[in-house]
Amino acid sequence: MTHRSDRSLSVAGLARVEGEGAMHVRVDGATVTDVRLEIYEPPRFFEALLVGRGYTEVPDITARVCGICPVAYQMSACAAVEDACQSTVDGTLADLRRLLYCGEWIESHALHIYLLHAPDFLGYPGAVELARDHRPVVERGLSIKKAGNELLTLLGGRAIHPVNVKVGGFYRVPAREELRRLVTPLRRARDDALSTVEWVAGFEYPDFAHDHELLALVEPGRYAIETGTPTTDRGLTFAVRAFEEHVIEEQVPHSTALHATLAGRGRYLTGPTARYTLNHRWLSPLAREAARSAGLGTGCRNPFRSIVVRAVELVYACDEALRLIDGYEPPAAAAVEVPPRAGVGYGATEAPRGVLFHRYRLAADGTVDSARIVPPTAQNQACIEDDLRRFVAARLDLSDERLTYECEQAIRNYDPCISCATHFLDLHVARTVQ
Amino acid sequence: MGTAPTLAVWKFASCDGCQLSLLDCEDELLAIAGRIRIAHFPEASRATVEGPYDVSLVEGSVTTPGDVARIHRIREQSRLLVAIGACATAGGIQALRNFADADQFRSVVYARPEYLSTLDTSTPASAHVPVDLELHGCPIDRRQLVDTLTALLAGRKPDLPGHSVCFECKARGTTCITVARGVPCLGPVTRAGCGALCPAYGRGCFGCFGPAAVTNTPALVDRLRELDMTETDIGRVFRTFNVLAFAGGGDDPSQ
Repeated sequence: MTHRSDRSLSVAGLARVEGEGAMHVRVDGATVTDVRLEIYEPPRFFEALLVGRGYTEVPDITARVCGICPVAYQMSACAAVEDACQSTVDGTLADLRRLLYCGEWIESHALHIYLLHAPDFLGYPGAVELARDHRPVVERGLSIKKAGNELLTLLGGRAIHPVNVKVGGFYRVPAREELRRLVTPLRRARDDALSTVEWVAGFEYPDFAHDHELLALVEPGRYAIETGTPTTDRGLTFAVRAFEEHVIEEQVPHSTALHATLAGRGRYLTGPTARYTLNHRWLSPLAREAARSAGLGTGCRNPFRSIVVRAVELVYACDEALRLIDGYEPPAAAAVEVPPRAGVGYGATEAPRGVLFHRYRLAADGTVDSARIVPPTAQNQACIEDDLRRFVAARLDLSDERLTYECEQAIRNYDPCISCATHFLDLHVARTVQ
Repeated sequence: MGTAPTLAVWKFASCDGCQLSLLDCEDELLAIAGRIRIAHFPEASRATVEGPYDVSLVEGSVTTPGDVARIHRIREQSRLLVAIGACATAGGIQALRNFADADQFRSVVYARPEYLSTLDTSTPASAHVPVDLELHGCPIDRRQLVDTLTALLAGRKPDLPGHSVCFECKARGTTCITVARGVPCLGPVTRAGCGALCPAYGRGCFGCFGPAAVTNTPALVDRLRELDMTETDIGRVFRTFNVLAFAGGGDDPSQ
């Protein structure tokens, strides 16, 4: 063994992640002594600036937390506000929300698979460089992404920060013919998504498995997207309104995001691999067959293979969007009335990166008295650091340069959205500190 | 390729949405990448080239002491500095902190505010350094971004509108929702650029592109009151994504 006894690896600015983060690993002899995923994205204090706003403003304001998954924020916000007001949005309006969400899954997963993640497996610094040698492949990814954006644009008005979502439903619902125009691009995207599964299934994956508890929403009968009950692979199930009793967040000095754990249980993982493990039986036959042919089985514990799961979910999201469009009849009204009401409401949906929880306390006139948002990346931070610790320990014979590069990949497996993860925190902790 | 102009993309406090607009140019992305050397774009590539840069796109607002220094360094390295989006041009929604007690804001969200290093204000790039061009919007319009990059490549001035959203409704053929249906709308005082999206969806404009070059906001506020908007709601709608820009005009609606 020729390596030095004390090594320090750092990446000051992580590339191909959404937002600003850094990584620090310290190794003493054969022991990894410190691993920090440092998140220095400046906080924007959303939970504070929401206080005093009107309940109908919440979906538009919280969308601005994340330009990659604004629909996730709008959907969790609507669910929580409607819960507080004791209103229900169901039937065709709920189907349209699921359809809009499919658009975001397609756009976000295609972005991550092709532009952020695949270059790691093929040895390129980014997708533009990848395109110089494999242009048709990158064009296929961009074409899938475009189909997702077309769906978002039609239903939402625009792909980033859609304008058509409101508490109670939509400002305007599409005519049947408008949605039918998406069938051709979505069918093409579904074919391309199947090719994507085949493509990524052929990548070489490091032999690595984690033992994190997996948390996802589960709704028997269909793959969880915009509704479901928080469930883990070790038998824990709780209502969305009990989320804060089970998920404990704490602030650490090196991060403007928070570390989340399950009370009395420890770290847990949310996101595509957790979702797949807990929901795979509800995939459409086409997506299930794609998963089977890619060798996914009944679960996925290798974070590097999350790219395969995202590809399978891409097939599913296209398939599900086509199913919803096929059955669509315009509803009588674009939204249900949601009168304001004093109360607390809870909402959770499956953002592309995992469970996104919102809670709002409203005054009788609908003014927001308090807000709490728990995004997926904050929940996953402890798991990412644990993976890095074990990953590094097994690869100490690599050069610093190679090991640093592989650690970056280990982080990108989680598609961390640092813009989302920053600026959230638990008020319980605030009280215990004082 | 050696003479291709270089492009750098920088992120400050923001949601990533405006720089995502560049990756959302699915049809144009590879063509753009063939004409411009993308020298620094961490969200898209690990590869990064030292400055100076021909064009820097700056997303996000300045909210930390470190970022004040960083925006100056970027300015020094950039021939043209283009601020993209409501955060970079007007401080973004996070500029609401400028009107609040910043310590209270920090303690509502963070248990240990002493771990944080943030300024009491969120400010646009132009509050710190000269800015050559501003693309407005929350988020920016993708077509406007492509047009601007194309113009800069061709050495001409980009065609960025200063007129109001009302013009775009007319161009689009949307019947005025305020006149026809009594829907409150900020279109008359909001800068064009989105293509008048919201009215086409039956929704009043909520000003995400900030104020137009010339506005008569007091007249609009009178009209909003006639349409039964409360003073609270009027205050809120002007104090959202472009709070500093709407507050900065001579016709601050809150006065």
